[in-house]
Amino acid sequence: MTYKNLTDLQEGERAKVLSLTNASSIKRRLQDLGLVEGTQVNCIQKSPQGDMVAYGIRGAIIALRAEDAVGVLVAS
Amino acid sequence: MIGIVLVNNSNPEVLEIIKGSPSDRVIALAGNPNVGKSTVFNNLTGMRQHTGNWPGKTVASAQGVHNHNGNDYILVDLPGTYSIMAHSAEEEIARDFILFGGADATIVVCDATVLERNLNLVLQVMEITKNVIVCVNLLDEARKKNIEIDLAALEEELGVPVVGTSARSGEGLTELIERTEEVYSETYIATPKKIEYEDDITDSIKALADKLDQKLEGEVSGTWLALRALEGDELLCNNVHKYLGRNIMEETDVKSVLIEARRKLKLHGISGDILKDMVVSRIVYTAQEVAEIVTPRCGADCVGCGTCALGNKNPDMVGGSRDRKLDRILTSKKFGIPIMFALLCGALWITIAGANYPSEMLADFLFWIQDHLTALFMRLGSPDWLHGLLVLGVYRVLAWVVAVMLPPMAIFFPIFTMLEDFGYLPRVAFNLDHHFKKAKACGKQALTMCMGFGCNCAGVIGCRIIDSPRERLIAILTNNFVPCNGRFPTLIAIISMFFVGVAGGLVDSLLSALVLAAIIVLGIFLTFRASHFLSVTILKGESSFFALELPPYRSPQVGKVIVRSILDRTLRVLGRAVAIAAPAGLVIWIFANVSVGETTLLSFSASLLDPFARLLGLDGVILLAFILGFPANEIVFPIIIMSYISSGTILELDNLTELKTLLVANGWTWVTAVSTMLFCLCHWPCSTACLTIKKESGSYKWMGLSILIPTVVGVVLCFAFTSTVRLFGF
Repeated sequence: MTYKNLTDLQEGERAKVLSLTNASSIKRRLQDLGLVEGTQVNCIQKSPQGDMVAYGIRGAIIALRAEDAVGVLVAS
Repeated sequence: MIGIVLVNNSNPEVLEIIKGSPSDRVIALAGNPNVGKSTVFNNLTGMRQHTGNWPGKTVASAQGVHNHNGNDYILVDLPGTYSIMAHSAEEEIARDFILFGGADATIVVCDATVLERNLNLVLQVMEITKNVIVCVNLLDEARKKNIEIDLAALEEELGVPVVGTSARSGEGLTELIERTEEVYSETYIATPKKIEYEDDITDSIKALADKLDQKLEGEVSGTWLALRALEGDELLCNNVHKYLGRNIMEETDVKSVLIEARRKLKLHGISGDILKDMVVSRIVYTAQEVAEIVTPRCGADCVGCGTCALGNKNPDMVGGSRDRKLDRILTSKKFGIPIMFALLCGALWITIAGANYPSEMLADFLFWIQDHLTALFMRLGSPDWLHGLLVLGVYRVLAWVVAVMLPPMAIFFPIFTMLEDFGYLPRVAFNLDHHFKKAKACGKQALTMCMGFGCNCAGVIGCRIIDSPRERLIAILTNNFVPCNGRFPTLIAIISMFFVGVAGGLVDSLLSALVLAAIIVLGIFLTFRASHFLSVTILKGESSFFALELPPYRSPQVGKVIVRSILDRTLRVLGRAVAIAAPAGLVIWIFANVSVGETTLLSFSASLLDPFARLLGLDGVILLAFILGFPANEIVFPIIIMSYISSGTILELDNLTELKTLLVANGWTWVTAVSTMLFCLCHWPCSTACLTIKKESGSYKWMGLSILIPTVVGVVLCFAFTSTVRLFGF
């Protein structure tokens, strides 16, 4: 198991959420999308400039900005 | 009348229900964004709430009536939310409406293709009311993806009625309303699934929950309120206070158990924030457990099917392999942006090429009528001024607006709507987010700009999907840089007359589309620059959290889209233009025919503006036309033509070649053409847009700024362009 930030994932890589270290308001939003501890996340696609990335979260495709995704610690 | 008033900073949000009779039943429609709530709503109420495949279309709560078995059901289409934990204004409205008796029952609409995530909201709603009906919508899409949901098992698990629907075709909607009636009349006894929290939590809050249950007599769930109070949700406690008319949390007996509960939680090491995390987590996992029971699983370690909960492990399969393949092309590093540009050009090309011929036919026809009207007026012996006022003034401007506006709108709207229904708009936002991020703006601004293509008013209203007030203002103030449908025809006409040739062949129309696309790209570029400028000056700040759902692609219903966009959008926009064009025609004719001293009022005003206008590469008439065109951009070009005609020989203007002759005779060169196009792209918003901006931003100050920004940019651009060209001696 290696620990990293969500932003470190490469397209096609899969990981499990360990914790959310974002500021409280952002953390709540991420949790609303189903991103809680233990959730499986797939890195699906990077945007043309690469700073926004689409993740597969609980069957839905959610794109996040790097600055928000960096607070999500994952293990793969 | 039931009203819930929420005061949210300076923006009071009022959700008022207007009942026809006291026996009317109020049903709230809740659900995640983009699950087809508005389609369910439209189908049941016969109303025309805008729908499209992108999250956040419903920006205000719409209401409509559905009659079933002689009873009126008032349906309230709430804005889509992922949760009702009140992390945004929309969520607060939705939660309080459901919670404080605004709704007799709540239908939670779910997307069958993303059931698990949707169940999260279902469970949250079930915590605050037992009158819940779950509508599993988009079954048709789920079938296409081979996703099967065991609806009976879902009903068993949740303990509330579950109905499967495909709202687009109307499938299951009768059953939905029948089950709603069962809930309302209490012939269905709900046994809502309870979320089982960790023992530490349950034990700690039990006394408080019981106390609240006893106090509230079932109006609000005690457990639920206890949790919110312990999490420190002051906003909710205030709203409960307002609703009950007494501050229940401050009553001595409640206060003592509240303190005791807090102490117990602390003993277990659970503070407010941790409690919140645990509660959210528990709900999410309960949703997962339920979803796993009701959706079939292939096998222990399926990584391929893309439909079962396990298959989603494979990134290529999440949401279906076809969608992933499409996304890999449409949002790819290499092709994402070029494809976007190509699609824009394509849509414009079809519009230009397709509108050419019908436009000419319409013009022929309408001016043929004009001749007959003139003949009629002659025969009746009406005075010259009356003929001038009504035929040459009102009718001629009307005819111009209809001939020039109708065909492009009737073609562009359906094409755009199809892209919207397909689900392409969120991909545009995804592709462009880098630039919005750099401008410190919200990525959803891309969606509001897309709305602006149709009409800037719609774009400005659409800005409500942006949560951060700062980013919303930026989007509102810069929306006008996207040329709306009222400006397209002007741009297209100038392009074909001066740059491409008016023959109307394939090459000509392709070139026209390219030039128009380039102008739009310039508008988009200016939007980024203006947004950035605002972000570092008067609207200083960094961009806030932004998550964008990329919804599954859906095949657009071509027939329906065409009918809808012509009936709902084209005719409505045209109606507005015509309503403004008629009186404008009248005013312009008077301007052109009433004299001050030696000259007409029109030439007098134009000559006043002329020196300044010349600096911008325009002339007095053009600038005057933009000013007189303040009520609607559609009438700018007709005014220019009218002015030239009235001050010179009268021409039969039924095609662009003759029109060009007229313009050239009045001193137009390619420099005038470019300047006019630049100014058309960048000048004040039309009057309706201004009023909308005032309403949405809440102040005249912002409205003033929304006028100032594009106007200054337009003046500077035109001046710089003209001076440069003149410097090089053209």
